[in-house]
Amino acid sequence: MTQHPSLTFRLDPQSGLAPYRQLVDQVRLAVRTGLLRDGDQLPSVREVVTQITINPNTVHRAYRELEHQGIAEGRAGLGTFITARSRVAPNVTERVSLEQALRDWVIDARRSGIDEETISELMRTALRQDGNVRS
Amino acid sequence: MIEETSVLEAVNLGKRYRRTWGLQDCTLTIPKGRVAALVGPNGSGKSTLLRMAAGLSEPSAGTLRILGRSPSPGTNDLRERVGYLDQDRPLYKSFRVAEMLRFGEMNNPTWNMDVAKNHLALLDIPLRSRVGNLSGGQQAQVALTLCLAKQPELLLLDEPAAALDPVAREDLLRLLMRQVADSESSVVLSTHALSDVAAICDYVVVLAHARVVLSNDTEYIVETHRILSIVDDSDLVPPPGITVINEQQSARGRSLLVRVELPFNDERWRVDRPTLEEIVMAYLREGSPHRDGRHVDDIENDAR
Repeated sequence: MTQHPSLTFRLDPQSGLAPYRQLVDQVRLAVRTGLLRDGDQLPSVREVVTQITINPNTVHRAYRELEHQGIAEGRAGLGTFITARSRVAPNVTERVSLEQALRDWVIDARRSGIDEETISELMRTALRQDGNVRS
Repeated sequence: MIEETSVLEAVNLGKRYRRTWGLQDCTLTIPKGRVAALVGPNGSGKSTLLRMAAGLSEPSAGTLRILGRSPSPGTNDLRERVGYLDQDRPLYKSFRVAEMLRFGEMNNPTWNMDVAKNHLALLDIPLRSRVGNLSGGQQAQVALTLCLAKQPELLLLDEPAAALDPVAREDLLRLLMRQVADSESSVVLSTHALSDVAAICDYVVVLAHARVVLSNDTEYIVETHRILSIVDDSDLVPPPGITVINEQQSARGRSLLVRVELPFNDERWRVDRPTLEEIVMAYLREGSPHRDGRHVDDIENDAR
């Protein structure tokens, strides 16, 4: 058990993402970057509610989703913990090729005279664009 | 005993004030365990609904059940189970905070003094202070604390955070969320602050012109609304299965906030996810009396 909460959540009201999704994404990111490791305890619902202004139901919802995704597991009476299964080996080759493709795309975009602000906007749009409705 | 799954159930509920309706044809179910927001302009019926729910005024039409029972004035039945906080936050200004707590303890069999004292300690409000000497924010905290210490199953809060500075507002909302986490109370609160709704509410009821225009889970609402935009001046009609809630014209195109019932695939439209605030705002704009020049009499006559 750690003295400090293992993770401090933030909510971005402008993201267009449901608050529970934002919590899920933040835990996933923390796991990917090594901030959270196997066996680490997630802050209790009460701790999160003290940290940020959020509905406790939303935190429960996020933790259930993380359990569903196999990233965390609830232990009765103890709390919610990051699971060993969550350590998904990153596919290095795939990542490198995606990064290369993105770099190429940026070079192309610059060549056609698109400025950085527009590039960021295009990226944001692509990320926000909805999979369900479009596909 | 039958377990109730809803804290508030209204069927064709109405309230008439002499010539005008304060609330009309309200059919609404708020599930148990939620933090529900009532949103709408002044005079849209929020306070009217809350006062009827608290048993402080009688419906003129339809039925209302709170925790499965009828909340008629004078029924003590729900008094212990429901906490109501009026928008005027009535407090005895000459009392000390400790005396207010003592007063609450004498009048409420379900009172929990530890809860009250813990909340006030967290907020650095000294028990010896006179209520009248506290800041507006602290008075709001004390009023909410009195309401929470009753440990009610259902909290009915009429604009609990109105007129508070940002820090006091955040403290108050966290106090409320801590209580929800600890005691699993259900909450129905009215507010004008859409950012608060997005942060703490998981159920939203939008009222306009004394009627309910939208009510559902926030998650469901967010998942079923989209912003469609198109860059040209054509009169392209959105595909079937889509209800346009609000349309905004710009010099170069149109932007529609829509409800999406079916997945659709049309490359001509750009699709974005709106925030909850944008969705609620679109419904409020559609219901706005200023939009088509009509005026509503007695718009300030909310609830009184």
